[in-house]
Amino acid sequence: MYRRLLIAVPYLWLLLLFLVPFGIVLKISLSDLALARPPYLPQIDVSKGWEGIANFLAGLDFENYIWLTEDDLYWKAYLSSLRIASISTALTLLVGYPLAYSMARAPREWQPTLVMLVILPFWTSFLIRVYAWIGILSTEGYLNQFLMSVGIIDVPLKILNTNTAVYIGIVYTYLPFMVLPIYAALERLDGSLLEAAEDLGSSRAGAFWLITWPLSRPGVVAGCFLVFIPVIGEFVIPSLLGGSGTLMIGKVLWEEFFSNRDWPVASAVAIVLLLILVIPIVLFQRNEDRAREAER
Amino acid sequence: MRLSWFNTISLTLGFAFLYLPMVILVIYSFNESKLVTVWAGFSTKWYGELLKNEEFLDAAWVTIRVAAMSSTLATVLGTLAAYVLVRAGRFAGRTLFSGMIYAPLVMPEVITGLSLLLLFIGLDIDRGVMTIVLAHTTFSMCYVSVVVSSRLASFDTSLEEAALDLGASPLNAFFLVTLPIIAPAVIAGWLLAFTLSLDDLVIASFTTGPSATTLPIKIFSAVRLGVSPEINALSTLMIVVVTVGVIVASLATKRAAVARAREELAVERS
Repeated sequence: MYRRLLIAVPYLWLLLLFLVPFGIVLKISLSDLALARPPYLPQIDVSKGWEGIANFLAGLDFENYIWLTEDDLYWKAYLSSLRIASISTALTLLVGYPLAYSMARAPREWQPTLVMLVILPFWTSFLIRVYAWIGILSTEGYLNQFLMSVGIIDVPLKILNTNTAVYIGIVYTYLPFMVLPIYAALERLDGSLLEAAEDLGSSRAGAFWLITWPLSRPGVVAGCFLVFIPVIGEFVIPSLLGGSGTLMIGKVLWEEFFSNRDWPVASAVAIVLLLILVIPIVLFQRNEDRAREAER
Repeated sequence: MRLSWFNTISLTLGFAFLYLPMVILVIYSFNESKLVTVWAGFSTKWYGELLKNEEFLDAAWVTIRVAAMSSTLATVLGTLAAYVLVRAGRFAGRTLFSGMIYAPLVMPEVITGLSLLLLFIGLDIDRGVMTIVLAHTTFSMCYVSVVVSSRLASFDTSLEEAALDLGASPLNAFFLVTLPIIAPAVIAGWLLAFTLSLDDLVIASFTTGPSATTLPIKIFSAVRLGVSPEINALSTLMIVVVTVGVIVASLATKRAAVARAREELAVERS
């Protein structure tokens, strides 16, 4: 009796506030815009029983999805999101790996503090961390002031409102997600393996490629997925740091919804985005399961 | 062990990259000038301006109320969900349940926000503080349940069984045995839910109505117009509060761990 109640409370909550809304998105994505506001056509007419449901199903169509393939804004936005996510994941790895590596090499008694220093920014507001870069990257910002006073450049660089700014923002905000799994993998690494390799005549770099890198691979893969997956649907960074040329699907969905008020199309955009995300999520899950099995 | 030059450089650069932007933000919040990028002397006037700005104060109050309500509700529901996942064994629809716990963690915020808004419109609920609370509770309970379930999975069930054998009701066994043991994870979950709610812009923008504006929504609309000294001051306050909070929390858990270790040592000796 207790048990049923225990299960029912969180279960019903998630059904009502996660699964049902999701079903609504799916339904609206197949519906037509009726006078730019809900209810959308078709509607279920329950009083007619099965016939009503059949009529409802017959009224659904893939019009909005076809629209997505016809207007090149959408597929360009999907592709551009995937490209921005891939490039920024690679950049985050490039910045994050040396940091994680050096953390794992630091004296033992420093390591908890270093880990906390990596986690701390994660607790601070995401919005504020992105905002901090506006002042740095703008034309009259701190970076340009610095570079001009040192004499490296004469004319201020335009970084804000370009894709470069988006990459910087993503690397900055997602760095902890990359560093922590790599650090966790490297920290477990047995130092005697490296000593053995060097004793047997391997160079430092050789020992890194033959031992450290392969053993840190699970952490690298996990970190890459943890950055790649959320970045695809990112909204705040492209809208604050990016310019009119920055095309990302999260921003398109937001504008479709709030500016164009075309909910059926916004819903279709959301469904396609989820379908795209399923692939990396499944791969990530498989990687995690494999890592867990390897530990046993 | 001495750090090599490579490690020293990468630690210095890495942490400089992580912290310099926030340090600059904090320093320039004390800038006298209205032009944020030009330093014109030390002043705390923007903090004064901030405290006089009714709109920001209202938004801050809404945000804190939403965060307090949603994180508390999320902690109760998330702990319950974790308990069901780890302890309830098999039941019909278990796979769906665990799927619904993990899916919101990877769901893009724009989709979560959109789907909840469509639900609230479908049910014809007036949007405002309550709908943001419902939305935040739903996604943060999943984070809470992940944090709590890892703690639940790692502790010895024989303690609960002993309590039940000795005549405690399941409810008593939970409150007297299980809850004290998982308390650190529950508190961590609450803190996580609280900060997630404080921080959220996207889901709140979708699920709010004209009556409720949260601080992130307010900041976002102000920031779109560019950098302002008031936002710098506000950001500094938020950074300070979070930093102090995290340091206090980590010291407290460290002290609790030391106390527990001492207690265990005392029990072993006697």
